[in-house]
Amino acid sequence: MGLNTRWIELPVVNRRLFLFSVAAASVFLLLALRLWYLQIISYDRYTERSTRNRTRVLSLAAPRGPIYDRDGVLLVDNRPAFTISVMRQDVSNLEELLQRLAGFLETDVATLNERWARGSRFPIYRPVPLATDVSREITERVLEHSTELPGVLVEVFPVRDYLEKGSEAHLVGYLGEVTENELSQNLFEGLQPGDYVGKSALEKAYEPYLRGRKGKRLVEVDVKGRLLRPLEVEQALPGNKVFLTISQDVQRAADQAFGDQSGAAVALDVRTGEVLAILSRPTFDPALFARGIESEEWTQLLKDSRHPLQNKALSGLYSPASTFKMMVALGALREGIIDPQQVLNCDGSFSLGKSRYRCWKKGGHGRTDLTKALRESCDVYFYQVGLKLGIDKLSEVAREFGLDAPTGFPLAGEKAGVIPSTKWKSERFNKPWYAGETVIASIGQGYVLVTPIQLAVMTAALANHGDVLQPQIIRKIEDWKGNVLQENVLQVARHINFPEDAWQAIDRGLVAAVNEPHGTASSAHLNDIKVAGKTGTAQVVRRQSDEEEEAEQEEVPYRFRSHALFVAYAPTDNPEIAVAVVVEHGQHGGSAAGPIARAMLDSYFKGQPQKVSTIMNEGG
Amino acid sequence: MFDRRLVINFDWVLLITVCCLAGVGIMNLYSATTGWAEHSTPFYLKQSLWLGSGIVIALLICCFDYRHLEHFSLPAYLLTLGMLLFVSVFGKTSMGATRWIDLGFFNFQPSEVAKLVLILVLARIFGRTALPLGYRLGDLWLPAILLITPFVLIIKQPDLGTALMLVFIAASMLLFAGLQRSTLVALGVAGAMISFAGWFTLHDYQKARILTFLNPEADPLGSGYHIIQSKIAVGSGGFWGKGFMAGTQSQLSFLPERHTDFAFSVFAEEWGFSGCLLLLLGYLFLIVWGIYVARCAADRFGMFLAIGVTTMLFWHIVVNLGMVIGLMPVVGVPLPLFSYGGTSMLTTMVGVGLLMNVSMRRFMF
Repeated sequence: MGLNTRWIELPVVNRRLFLFSVAAASVFLLLALRLWYLQIISYDRYTERSTRNRTRVLSLAAPRGPIYDRDGVLLVDNRPAFTISVMRQDVSNLEELLQRLAGFLETDVATLNERWARGSRFPIYRPVPLATDVSREITERVLEHSTELPGVLVEVFPVRDYLEKGSEAHLVGYLGEVTENELSQNLFEGLQPGDYVGKSALEKAYEPYLRGRKGKRLVEVDVKGRLLRPLEVEQALPGNKVFLTISQDVQRAADQAFGDQSGAAVALDVRTGEVLAILSRPTFDPALFARGIESEEWTQLLKDSRHPLQNKALSGLYSPASTFKMMVALGALREGIIDPQQVLNCDGSFSLGKSRYRCWKKGGHGRTDLTKALRESCDVYFYQVGLKLGIDKLSEVAREFGLDAPTGFPLAGEKAGVIPSTKWKSERFNKPWYAGETVIASIGQGYVLVTPIQLAVMTAALANHGDVLQPQIIRKIEDWKGNVLQENVLQVARHINFPEDAWQAIDRGLVAAVNEPHGTASSAHLNDIKVAGKTGTAQVVRRQSDEEEEAEQEEVPYRFRSHALFVAYAPTDNPEIAVAVVVEHGQHGGSAAGPIARAMLDSYFKGQPQKVSTIMNEGG
Repeated sequence: MFDRRLVINFDWVLLITVCCLAGVGIMNLYSATTGWAEHSTPFYLKQSLWLGSGIVIALLICCFDYRHLEHFSLPAYLLTLGMLLFVSVFGKTSMGATRWIDLGFFNFQPSEVAKLVLILVLARIFGRTALPLGYRLGDLWLPAILLITPFVLIIKQPDLGTALMLVFIAASMLLFAGLQRSTLVALGVAGAMISFAGWFTLHDYQKARILTFLNPEADPLGSGYHIIQSKIAVGSGGFWGKGFMAGTQSQLSFLPERHTDFAFSVFAEEWGFSGCLLLLLGYLFLIVWGIYVARCAADRFGMFLAIGVTTMLFWHIVVNLGMVIGLMPVVGVPLPLFSYGGTSMLTTMVGVGLLMNVSMRRFMF
């Protein structure tokens, strides 16, 4: 067949072979161009996508900044919380693993199964937490048996640790999971659902300072999201250290003296306005929130009739009662209505029209000057002076002391208080002011309402003769390396003018109340420091009749018992500290609130040059 | 029996080229399958075994004169049709397709043999009748029947890739044989119409592949996943590549089927544009060498045989690379000498054996 035909020489065949070669080369050129486009021109784009493919960012929790007292004593810290988690990629027999873990963790398999299911929506490279904040013993047991528990690992997270066990709960506040709404705000940028942020008080107000910067762990994952190896770690930065103006000694003294009673106490440095102690009772355990509060515990706190979540020092409104008498006296002295030596008579009651207003002392105080009136808290004296002064002049004085407005304490939720006047009443109730109401207001009852911190500011202004201070709570903020970011400057809010002898008259009266016989405030007496103080007993319900009055106070139901108040400052010749104490339903200012004020003053002065009190406690 | 000239004329160039390409392929396979299950023989070793057996088969094929094959071509063709029918009735089903005959140690795939047999039978027809003016439509009924019968059987398996390969091979051989211009136009129009009609007979997954090719980002985790991941692998290779065994797309399993159809993506990621260009040149050399073998063939049957085998290699290479780099829809066609697979390797090596056979007997007349 065609053996002698060199058909291959046919030009048409040669041409086709050539065309086929050219066609093949062209197609290969096209492939090469495409590769050029992908690998050279689009290199950056595909490199980025390839990197995104294989890397995941895990965040590392940053410890919140610790909180110290004025002397650098730790109040709130972080402690490592051990979490037992499971890396899903390393689990071969889930049932067996959970069974074993349940034994170690002392829980049942159903709980673990539920947590496992909850964690299954996480990307696979994230471990599923099965037990949070596990005790050290359990953690150690799990670690010892790690060979029998494939995939189980112990993670460590920083958790808020409250060293004062709740005594500072209202001041520091609590944490909670960041909400969706918060996440959309600039302030919470970089946070993820499940992160904890400050929800109240300092934790909330100083959130940007206290929150650290989360770290990042860049890891390589495979197509199934299994974690392969860490690539890069950016360590988390702890939050800033916040030094409060609080003195742990004074705070603790108040806490111990309060016992189980409800109420609030505030101590101020009368020279600077620094808050030395601030507490509210009853308190709650902020640690409940640090680990995620159960709804049952939450409703229990909300339903408690003694309102443990409320910071009564800032938002509790109380009749100032007799602690208001200094306002009446100062007003009358400035207006020249009385002079300190002027004597008024008290026969146990005061009549105005058809009404009769009784003094707390049945037989009356007899001839009474201002010092005696303050010392023995004579109501009739102040009924008369107050009536002469008039409600509008009285409310003017109270307003000058800041009793009608928030003090400017840097925490949210402060109440303004109520200081009535004729104008106030006509605006509020559209009714005229009655003289009888002035009588009641003169002993701090009726419409008048103030907060404990307002009382403390008022007392400080009495002590320093006219500086109405804005309370300070932050002494210093340092970053975690110790660089000072913010240092509080001494700040005087406002000076008010009263004649110097008026201030001194008040001083005399309040010193007498604490230090002289018949003084109602003697429960605040200190041996080596001269204290000035005033009691107050605020009626919660108006007395209906004399018979009820006769009833033994102990038999009055708790919620109808009077609130006990006490304000004090010391030392009287050169005051440093002012305190205000309110004990809800504590009956008598002198007996219930006075000892608390005394304990605070005592601890303040004992701790003065050196921490004598701690040394003594250890010695005993 | 053995002619000294056969040894002198042995096509060492072809054998060495093939061995080089296959060697690179095995090296690439080693990288692509690191960390895979240790319980069985590693893929690169198995592939080496297939290559070894392929070389032996190719050398055996060289031992007898290819011209004898002309006489066996029709019986072989009929036998293959029989096997295809057998497969459609008794074949082993795997991954939704019925393509295999289980031979115990090896799943035999008659559709692969169909390519070679089609080349043989077409080479016989085109080699017998030389038409100086080219083929007319009327002359094409026999090649048409020879093509369409296995085509239908294979597309029903369903195996669109192999079926299309048959069409491409037959069309290329026909073009080489020569067509009258009017016939060429008529066939072109008919082809377009058939493709259009064919769309409606495609399986859903096949339609999806074509739609995905047009816009892979529409379904990045579904049907577009393969092509997107492959393009990321290729593109992120850059000029020098990420280095041997260092391709993240492949080593971290983002690349699917990286030892078979997407083996080239692994290579492109790890060796970059520079490596790809060398590999492309290697393949191009193989194709051009195949055409050279055809040119030097001693007779028309040998020439068409060489052209047939060369176009088979060419289309496999082009369709696979085109798919991997996003120029063509995803059609399951392996890259000869590169993708893992015994069937593909053996088919290729049988084709290479035929080429060498034609080449070494070029001066026999």
